[in-house]
Amino acid sequence: MHQPTDTPRPSIYYKYKVYPCQPIQQLRSQTRKKVAIAGAGPAGMTAALIMKRMGVDSVILESERQVSQGSRAIVFTRRSMEILQQVGVAHKVMESGLPWNAGNSFYRGKRVFRMEAPLSEHDRFPALINLQQQYLEEYLVDACIDAGIEIRWGNKITDILEHDPVVKMRVDTAEGEYDFEVDWLIAADGARSNIRQKYGLMMEGDSYEGRFVIADIKIDLDLPTERLAFFDPSWNPGNTVLMHREPHGIWRIDYQLPPGETPEQALSPASLEQRINAQLEMIGKGGIPWEMDWSSVYSARAMTLPEYCHGHILFTGDAAHMLPIFGVRGANTAFQDSQNLAWKLALVCQKKAPVDLLETYSKERVGAAREIIQEGGRSTRFMTPPSHGFKLLRNATLSLALQHEFVRPLFHWRTSRAHTYADSTLNVAHHASGSSAEARVGAVMPNIKLDNGSYLLDHLSPAFHLIVYSDFYDSTEMERMETFQAELKEQNIALDILAIYGQPGACAKPSQLYDSENHFKQFMWESLDHGPRVFLVRPDQHIAGCWTQPDRNCFAQVQSATGAFFILQ
Amino acid sequence: MQVQDLEIIYDELAREIDRAGEKSELFLAKLSLLLANELGEKSLVLELIKSSSQDL
Repeated sequence: MHQPTDTPRPSIYYKYKVYPCQPIQQLRSQTRKKVAIAGAGPAGMTAALIMKRMGVDSVILESERQVSQGSRAIVFTRRSMEILQQVGVAHKVMESGLPWNAGNSFYRGKRVFRMEAPLSEHDRFPALINLQQQYLEEYLVDACIDAGIEIRWGNKITDILEHDPVVKMRVDTAEGEYDFEVDWLIAADGARSNIRQKYGLMMEGDSYEGRFVIADIKIDLDLPTERLAFFDPSWNPGNTVLMHREPHGIWRIDYQLPPGETPEQALSPASLEQRINAQLEMIGKGGIPWEMDWSSVYSARAMTLPEYCHGHILFTGDAAHMLPIFGVRGANTAFQDSQNLAWKLALVCQKKAPVDLLETYSKERVGAAREIIQEGGRSTRFMTPPSHGFKLLRNATLSLALQHEFVRPLFHWRTSRAHTYADSTLNVAHHASGSSAEARVGAVMPNIKLDNGSYLLDHLSPAFHLIVYSDFYDSTEMERMETFQAELKEQNIALDILAIYGQPGACAKPSQLYDSENHFKQFMWESLDHGPRVFLVRPDQHIAGCWTQPDRNCFAQVQSATGAFFILQ
Repeated sequence: MQVQDLEIIYDELAREIDRAGEKSELFLAKLSLLLANELGEKSLVLELIKSSSQDL
């Protein structure tokens, strides 16, 4: 019998809610569904919400009855916010989160490096925003409830009997067990995924020696909301300390453990107190009263499964990969995974696409994980040097940075970013030249601010879009596009048309979008004189193809591109 | 480089390594990075790294 705790988790700032369990009779009466998702975390709920927006239901099985313990993933990137906008919670994060865009590195009391992510008027969201994971999960849970997505709290998957072509599970609850069968199981059950372990699936990559304590303390610190990294501090020689501000007067402190120290030793109240006081003392904030909320130990890892599809089980988030905290790669990668997976699984469930569409999920996202392991590996080798050689070079860099500019870029902390699926088989093979580097096929459609104050990505819901830019509204051209759209609809292919005009023409309609300052051309074209007017954008906002104009050739290619996703009824 | 100049650099390096004591390795790592940056050519520097690792 699985008995998850029904006492609200302790926290000095967050009020945990214990969600009700459905009675076992109810659960036993509904044992066949299309999609189940293991885990009500950021990865699982994002997948459920996007699928729902595309018209496909899923059931989330969560072994606990509350959201996560502790603040965990506290930094969300702009790309993550764009994905959270697609599921309808970004505005809540904006209301309660702390935006920022600058990071600092300190050595021997001197700031040796500062990096500011550029702020563009064409981005709705800040470069980074801090919010404790409990709040984000709470917003996602509320969104699931509003969308009518069933979350089975206190349901723990204890065994999987079959996984291809259907998934048969045994689920345990406080009132007993039941069997559950689905066509697809999304494994979003985190770093210690029981599902991944059950099949003995091994990850490739690197596990680093460096272990870190992360501690949330309540303290009133007059410091900016910026990344603060301290190298080789006097109280923790050779190691690294990070500090981040969170809402509600909370500060996150990460510090590296000396080799050989166990998590138990590191998490003892005396050890935590001594070290946190030492850090505060070092930055001139000694003596300010503080209170501990939560602490944990983690090790730096850069690993991924080589394949995310295992029969009809699909891995996403930390269940699929464990990525470095440096560059905030954990939850931020999970959102991208789930966004990529959800639209493809939705089409497969609706029988609008062949099952092998899901292979592209695995290829695209394993590719992204490998890029992260490469990039993140560099940051990790700098933050927690794994060998004598790396330690020496890192320390040489620290020392040189005090006087020499040329080494300072080596402090660059590579942040989580969107990936370009340049080699995806879903990309249109022959596309127009003339698009800018930012608007190349495979990349996320660049965002621009439009005349009415909205942003381009605001309009890119989880659906295929044909974005068409014209200087003026042309009714003939629009009619041609609408006819094409209707033809596709008859073949059960849904394509939204997003038209953007440089100027209102003679027949301007109130709902049209205008870009009178030529931002479209500036961002999407390599040269202002000419470029592709038409972009095919996937439900995850990545560009699949572009064309000079919406002519027959363009329509034929869009048809065959989207036809590749869809099987004709 | 003229031998006389090489001799001066030779002496200076030896003395600096002695002065650095336990930190001599760190000193040499710093010097490597500074010199690499001055040379400015990746393939040349990688070649010199390779040369230095021979006959150790």
